[in-house]
Amino acid sequence: MTTAPGKALLEARNCSLRFGGISALTDVSLHISPGELVGLIGPNGAGKTSLFNILTGVYRPTEGEVLFEGRPVTGLPPHSINRLGMARTFQNIRLFGSLDVTMNVRTSFIARLRGGLLHTIRRGKSFRSEEEEIREEGRRLLAYFGLEEAAAHPSRSLPYGDQRRLEIVRALATKPRLLLLDEPAAGMNPTEKEELKRLISRIRSEFGTAILLVEHDMKVVMGICERLVVLDRGSLLSSGTPAEVRADPKVIAAYLGTSSGQTEAAA
Amino acid sequence: MTLPWGCFLRDNSFVFNSSVAIIRKPRIALAAGIGVAVLLQSCGGWIDPYTTQVILFAAINVILAVSLNLVMGETGQFSLCHAAFMAVGAYTSALLTGKALPALLSHLSWTGSSWASQLSFLPVLVIGGLVAAIAGLIVGGPSLRLRGDYLAMVTLGFGEIIRVLLQNTNAVGGARGMEGIVPATNLFWAVGAAVVTIYTMIALVRSTYGRGFQAVRDDEIAAAAMGIDTTRFKVTAFVIGAFFAGVAGGLYAHAVEFISPEGFNFLRSFEIIVMVILGGLGRPVGVAIAAILITLLNEWLRDLSEYRMVVYALIIILFMIFRPTQSLTSFLRRIIPGGRKAASA
Repeated sequence: MTTAPGKALLEARNCSLRFGGISALTDVSLHISPGELVGLIGPNGAGKTSLFNILTGVYRPTEGEVLFEGRPVTGLPPHSINRLGMARTFQNIRLFGSLDVTMNVRTSFIARLRGGLLHTIRRGKSFRSEEEEIREEGRRLLAYFGLEEAAAHPSRSLPYGDQRRLEIVRALATKPRLLLLDEPAAGMNPTEKEELKRLISRIRSEFGTAILLVEHDMKVVMGICERLVVLDRGSLLSSGTPAEVRADPKVIAAYLGTSSGQTEAAA
Repeated sequence: MTLPWGCFLRDNSFVFNSSVAIIRKPRIALAAGIGVAVLLQSCGGWIDPYTTQVILFAAINVILAVSLNLVMGETGQFSLCHAAFMAVGAYTSALLTGKALPALLSHLSWTGSSWASQLSFLPVLVIGGLVAAIAGLIVGGPSLRLRGDYLAMVTLGFGEIIRVLLQNTNAVGGARGMEGIVPATNLFWAVGAAVVTIYTMIALVRSTYGRGFQAVRDDEIAAAAMGIDTTRFKVTAFVIGAFFAGVAGGLYAHAVEFISPEGFNFLRSFEIIVMVILGGLGRPVGVAIAAILITLLNEWLRDLSEYRMVVYALIIILFMIFRPTQSLTSFLRRIIPGGRKAASA
């Protein structure tokens, strides 16, 4: 733990999550500094997505609290958390399928519109200039991420890799200070994974966004993250630089099993 | 999701081009539409009473269907109580013109041709709509946390509650209903209100704000993660839908001059749902056309008397099976002048 707690962008303090008798997370703490790229790894069922859902307000932790920029956000609904500056993508892609690519990005501006319902119905000057600004910014974002040619296509007709990319663009359009990516490389081929790695580095350098990356693919995680947090069976197993984590015997045991564990399983 | 007729909006057709014009210059389209309403009213003397009544019903159905489309088509919430909101608006406005206002303003005449007596109908309609909107808020607020089938059950229950309450309230005539309502609805108010409804819905949905409704329909979890307050959007759609249903109710009450609770049962709600589905969920123009066609169908089938509902249902079923996605496009092109040219261009 190198950063002072006061400077953390996001901090989870001793979070636990239980569903009845099942304990999904036990006493997990996590902190992310501004601009940092942190990888969250762990075997299947380790609680990675549960932790994600606590951070983004989908679940309320049974115990513990979450602070964003020093402010407690525990139990706030997902849309309020997004408005504070945290945006996410989903493990199973969740685009707005019937809307085209541009519209998917434009939905990210809804929460930050200057006017509401009556303003929209009246269609005055300020409405039109705001719509034009949003259209322009959406175009810019799509062009930056190489999706401008697909702009008018329905999002569900995009190739898989582009859908993942669009989800990231849509999240970025909410101007987050922290971007949470839930298994962005899932289902991608090696070329797409390389592209994704470049994309993530670009987001960091251009937008200065801190990123929390949940990922199974070790190559992706080890290649780009500065710091890794390892979860196993709902609790924190290890954390540190990729090299440290790779050498940690506990991590090796969790991923590959110990020799005694193997004999037990075989018996 | 397959969209029936509404799809013609995607084509390079006259309808498409003109709806693009509406989107680009919605306020000009609104002014033009109201102009048509004024024109209809001033030519009212040449239109026979039966045709007038059919136009009134068509306009009322357009308001009902297009407003329900916001809830069902755009926001994806299944509501079975649109007729109940209509009832709230109908009874509220009928009470206003029949009892409350004559007591306050005895000299007011609703059917006179002067502008003053004409315009005095506007606040009546708006108040009817507002009371219906409050009813929408009361139902929608707590129940829109539910989804799909559960929401359908709650709205079905609410619709029945309203009907039974009206049936047992003697002040509004109970099961006998209210009669002798002043015939204040005319072509101007009905067509004008339909135009305003269509304008509002299109202006609302074709905007960054309005895409929020569709985002909620497509994926609520993702919408919330993008900062969209999904409950607020659902309640907003419900309340706006209820408001326009209430206005339609006010127009209906003052067009037929008699209302009873049975006229607003869930079969009426269902009829509006059929219009929305037939017109293409999320396609306001298609829904408006479907509402007009179903009104006309109802009239054409009058001669069949007792077999009317059988044939009506049969036509709807056949329509659903052979969704005329393509044929309606070409049909419209054939009947609308200039349509074919636009298509070949």
